[in-house]
Amino acid sequence: MTGLRHLLASADLDRASAIALLDTAEDMADVATRRVPKLPTLQGRTVANLFFEDSTRTRLSFEAAAKRLSADVITFSAKGSSVSKGESLKDTAQTIAAMGIDAVVLRHAASGAARVLAESAWIDAAVVNAGDGTHDHPTQGLLDAYTMRKARHGADSRGQGLDGLRVTIVGDVLHSRVARANLGLLPTLGARVHLVAPRTLLPFGAEQWPVTTSSDLDAAIADAPDVLMMLRIQQERMHAAYFPHEREYAGFWGLDEERFARLHADTMVMHPGPMNRGLEISAAAADSERSLVLDQVANGVAIRMAVLYTVLSGGRHAGAREAGAA
Amino acid sequence: MQTRAVLQQADIQRALTRIAHEILETNRGASGLVLLGIPTRGALLAERLGAILAGLDAEIPVGALDVTMYRDDLDRHPTRTPQPTRIPAAGIDDRTVVLVDDVLYSGRTIRAALDALGAHGRPRAVRLAVLVDRGHRELPIRADFVGKNLPSSAAERINVTLAELDGEDAVTITGGEADGGAA
Repeated sequence: MTGLRHLLASADLDRASAIALLDTAEDMADVATRRVPKLPTLQGRTVANLFFEDSTRTRLSFEAAAKRLSADVITFSAKGSSVSKGESLKDTAQTIAAMGIDAVVLRHAASGAARVLAESAWIDAAVVNAGDGTHDHPTQGLLDAYTMRKARHGADSRGQGLDGLRVTIVGDVLHSRVARANLGLLPTLGARVHLVAPRTLLPFGAEQWPVTTSSDLDAAIADAPDVLMMLRIQQERMHAAYFPHEREYAGFWGLDEERFARLHADTMVMHPGPMNRGLEISAAAADSERSLVLDQVANGVAIRMAVLYTVLSGGRHAGAREAGAA
Repeated sequence: MQTRAVLQQADIQRALTRIAHEILETNRGASGLVLLGIPTRGALLAERLGAILAGLDAEIPVGALDVTMYRDDLDRHPTRTPQPTRIPAAGIDDRTVVLVDDVLYSGRTIRAALDALGAHGRPRAVRLAVLVDRGHRELPIRADFVGKNLPSSAAERINVTLAELDGEDAVTITGGEADGGAA
């Protein structure tokens, strides 16, 4: 796990680093149950949350994670900031860097924004991608993998991958960084991924991914996958007619009550949130015992603690300081 | 670079048996005792001490206390993956906690362990049992129960292997004029 300076894309993680992050998160999850649910690990470090795009759960989750590790947190939202006056990512980053920060958690509407920031000479901080456009959202991929591993292996999760797990991801793959985050990570951990989407919502080149694809949700449900992950219909990114009408989408690709009733008893239901209830997922499915939606949210804090700990520990800081002192 | 064995399997067993008796003697019995081993090898030694004490009719709860997140040297070493912490169900409040580790060196691990304990409760007292004390303390910390005092040079490496993890029980010392750069 040495050398994880940034977390930019879930495909950057090899199997050993991914499992080390999931194992670290196991212990981070335990912290919440202690008398003092806080660790001193990142005392004196400052984490800046730069959110150029709206988010509730990811921003709160990163903030809670940093605080449980005793880091100081600066949160920046584009709304109500100088970004609305035309300030660029570079200028905002340098302004924040001038305040002396150790890690940047970046959410941005432009795909690749986190990598641009990490590879630029603008700042010297560790960069964690908290969602860049339609590209990736690696902590979401990790928390989904963690949730699946926990559902399958329970208390014996430590050290395990997701070997042989069959995961079906349904819906708006084209606009979904959650789908790409899972696609970049789950096969590394040994899971088999199947995508179900209308042809218009499958990205060009999807046949080259290490997955199988189809447009038939009923056949996918009959196939009894271990996990059925419903993606959110991203109305804010739909600037063209990808399907005729919401009702029609729900009819073909929604997990409605009738389909939920046909689901195999062992199939777990996941959704990255926020849910469009009645569109891609019915309330009955979302609130059922087989739904892992709330586990996903709870596990998010533990995963983000593990990620912040990992990018902010290790030898590089000491090396930089000693080099600076010499 | 030469390696020589300092303790063999029988020596380790004898040292642990003696420590078990000393723990009972100092505590005037088994009441209120909890053993917490520091992963990885300290946790295994705590399990062994627990088994020896059980053989002496002293059933003592055994757990593990990971100190990774409390270390003060996290930015000087490659990232460490924390190990599980297991606190016995009865907790540690008002009990006498015996911390167990394999090698006592700078004392920084034990400092971290004392901080970590605070997140789980308030023991009546904390004692320290180690298999090997090699000296070179950097903090005002000492062990209450020591298997073997092993005066060593800072350039030497003390290596503890245990059957559960490494296939055999042994404590070896490797002389190291060659790695002067590491300090």
